[in-house]
Amino acid sequence: MTTDTDPPKESFRLSMLIYDTRYRSTTIQVVALMAFMLAAAWLINNTMQNLAALGKPVEFGFFSEPSSYDINQHILEYDSRDSHLRASFIGLLNTLIVAVLGCATATIVGVLVGVLRLSKNWLVAKIMAVYVEMFRNVPVLLWIVLAMAILIESLPRPSAFRGDNPDATLKLFDSVAFTNRGFYIPEPLFSRSLGDIHLFGQSSLRMDVSLDLLAFVLVLGLSIFAARKVTARADAIQNATGERPTTWYINLGIIVLPTLGLLIAMGFHVGNPELTGFNFQGGIHMRNSLIALWLSLSLYTAAFVAEIVRAGILAVSHGQTEAAAALGLRPNRVMNLVVLPQALRVIVPPLISQYLNLTKNSSLAIAVGYMDITGTLGGITMNQTGRELECVLLLMLVYLTISLVISSIMNWYNNRVKLVER
Amino acid sequence: MSDTHAETVSYVRETMLPEQEPPVTETGVIGWMRENLFSGWLNTILTLLSIGFVYYVLSGLLPWVFQSVWNAESLDECRQIMKATWGETHGHACWAVIKDRWLQLLYGFYPPYPFAPDATVDAPPPEAMLPAYFRPNLTFVLLFIALAPVLFDRAPRKLLIVTAIYPFLMPWLMWGGSLWFPLGIAAGFVILYLVISMGQVRLGSLLAVIAGVIAALLWWSVIMGYVTAGLDQVVPISLPSVESRQFGGFMLALLLGVVAIGLSLPIGVLLALGRQSDLFIVKSLCVGFIELIRGVPLITLLFVASVLLNYFMPPGTNFDIIMRVMIMVTVFASAYIAEVVRGGLAALPKGQYEGADSLGLDYWQAQRLIIMPQALKISIPGIVSTFIGVFKDTTLVSIIGLLDPIGLSQGIRANQEWNGIYWELFAFIALLFFIFCFSMSRYSMWLERKLQTGHN
Repeated sequence: MTTDTDPPKESFRLSMLIYDTRYRSTTIQVVALMAFMLAAAWLINNTMQNLAALGKPVEFGFFSEPSSYDINQHILEYDSRDSHLRASFIGLLNTLIVAVLGCATATIVGVLVGVLRLSKNWLVAKIMAVYVEMFRNVPVLLWIVLAMAILIESLPRPSAFRGDNPDATLKLFDSVAFTNRGFYIPEPLFSRSLGDIHLFGQSSLRMDVSLDLLAFVLVLGLSIFAARKVTARADAIQNATGERPTTWYINLGIIVLPTLGLLIAMGFHVGNPELTGFNFQGGIHMRNSLIALWLSLSLYTAAFVAEIVRAGILAVSHGQTEAAAALGLRPNRVMNLVVLPQALRVIVPPLISQYLNLTKNSSLAIAVGYMDITGTLGGITMNQTGRELECVLLLMLVYLTISLVISSIMNWYNNRVKLVER
Repeated sequence: MSDTHAETVSYVRETMLPEQEPPVTETGVIGWMRENLFSGWLNTILTLLSIGFVYYVLSGLLPWVFQSVWNAESLDECRQIMKATWGETHGHACWAVIKDRWLQLLYGFYPPYPFAPDATVDAPPPEAMLPAYFRPNLTFVLLFIALAPVLFDRAPRKLLIVTAIYPFLMPWLMWGGSLWFPLGIAAGFVILYLVISMGQVRLGSLLAVIAGVIAALLWWSVIMGYVTAGLDQVVPISLPSVESRQFGGFMLALLLGVVAIGLSLPIGVLLALGRQSDLFIVKSLCVGFIELIRGVPLITLLFVASVLLNYFMPPGTNFDIIMRVMIMVTVFASAYIAEVVRGGLAALPKGQYEGADSLGLDYWQAQRLIIMPQALKISIPGIVSTFIGVFKDTTLVSIIGLLDPIGLSQGIRANQEWNGIYWELFAFIALLFFIFCFSMSRYSMWLERKLQTGHN
């Protein structure tokens, strides 16, 4: 016996594209795609017509022309005869510098404020609440401009440091000068330097990497690796016997002695800034713009980080702390082994998105004249060459790349902590 | 043991003692201070340090704020007055700059009497019937009337009419020009609504929506121009026009903020729905758009507004910079709103979607009646903090040369009379922003508590 379960054969009608749910989604998608492509074609067509009318075809040749402007804060050697591409590269490095400095400071200040805001001390908690509300509710651009104004208007001129009885003196054992042209801080010098290696020849990405720094990082890394081995061995002994050998002095020795030895071997000393003529020589010159940007970005972001940290700690239920205490753990072990691992899972994703925000906000550098990628590629290069389309699109691409890199790190972390979840 | 004890004790109390008052050191102000300020040596040190810090800040701040100069023409004059009064120029505010420039900081170069362009606040035109800055002030007051029924459910429902009219009234009041233009724009929406509601029965919902959109676009792009021009000839009703470059100050920040906030919520919800949808192409377009916008700083989008947007338009169109900035800020805000709303959508239990399906609701009914009310409620804190962020970010327009408070402050500081002043100016601007942002955040906390239906 056979039953015919096939529905009666239906002929395809055009109206089924809309009324039949089997085809409707395809219809909508095709319409959406066509609309999008039409809109894109319209925009591109308009742009091409407008650019042709202006006699500016899209091309990137201007990048190899000399930039003929100066960048006052540069970590790699650069002068105005270098190409626009080199200028943009220096700008990108400046963006990354202020982003890294800002993220580090914002984390330290933010964690401190967040923890103190949960303090049982009423006064301290209130002061931190005032800090958070004050910074969160005022635009970051205002903080940046204000910080710049304070630095310029209230600090002494370099000439105030001159003479037998100067108006201003160097701070911190004569090593740091706060002037209205920026901060002069000591620089590390090596009398038996290993020299530099030159990478990337004469291209726009060329850079001199100090071998001293490389050696220092290498030795430090190896020492830390060795110290972790020692700790791992101590853990193994503890697991086997219950007794934990004291390791902190071995670790300290392993980390400190080789690096100290290396520094002595390379003849490490500190070069203090010195007043010669009208300005300071020697030392590292951090411009006002960098300081203002760094300070205000990190204090502003720290207010948000503080709230994230507070929320993260509050998210760990009190029962967890009590259970840990019932197991006989000491308070700092409760924090390290029970509260922090759970709180971090809540804290880290929004924290990284704050890092992302800080990096994007660093583009406000253009308001105080710090030459980051927005100031170079999106600022002077764009104005000098008149290539708005190319410059703005490239600028967006650069920031998009940075953002995607940071958010892929965040996704990687999220996936990693997810495995721990049950 | 107990026997001997019983024999040796001569008196055993048989009733309970009344409860004693807690010791003085545990109650009242002293008890509170012992618990919250001096509970241990670490806490005591922290308290003392904090008291010192607060004293240090207040001892500098209070004299600076209150022992200040209000009447002066320039910073030099301020300093002379300070020297004469207190013997020093340090530690006293010169609020005279605010007194001198507060109108500019609030309104930019918006004409106080638009029908008499040369008149100023100090020299009003003789036949001035309306007070200075009547139009922006009225727009500002109407904003709150229009917002009231949306924000507070105890406000009278009839005010919703103001809310519906406001989007068309606001541009007319601010920019002026013919009344028929905003009415024409509004008529387009009426056409859209009519076509959809009439076509619903005959054509089905999807076709009706498409027909409505096409009809409205036709009206706006082709027919409206002739109709409004004709009506303008017959019944000319218009306000004196104000050009966009005259806009500025805190008014501009509010204008940009309100427009971006108002438009970004619906667009953001649509983008979030698109991102959650099963349609692959729609989803990819939404994801691409959201990630692109969220991945770049607002300032690059403002560069697009200031230098590129005119390239994207047909040759010969040149529309105004404030409009372009509004578009880009809205685009920016809607990408962020979309992500917040998506979080709310993802947080809803799957059962809600299935429940809606089992009731036989179609997609839009399910979204409107079941999904969105809950998803939006979950995302209120995120939405409001996005709004606060957008409002603060409107200050970035000073970088592309618009005269918002920060842009104006640069001009005032470069001015010969006020060269060298900064604390007073920035404190004033910061206070303006603080008031608005802080009230927004308090409102969202209040709303969250009000909508709280769970029991924790």
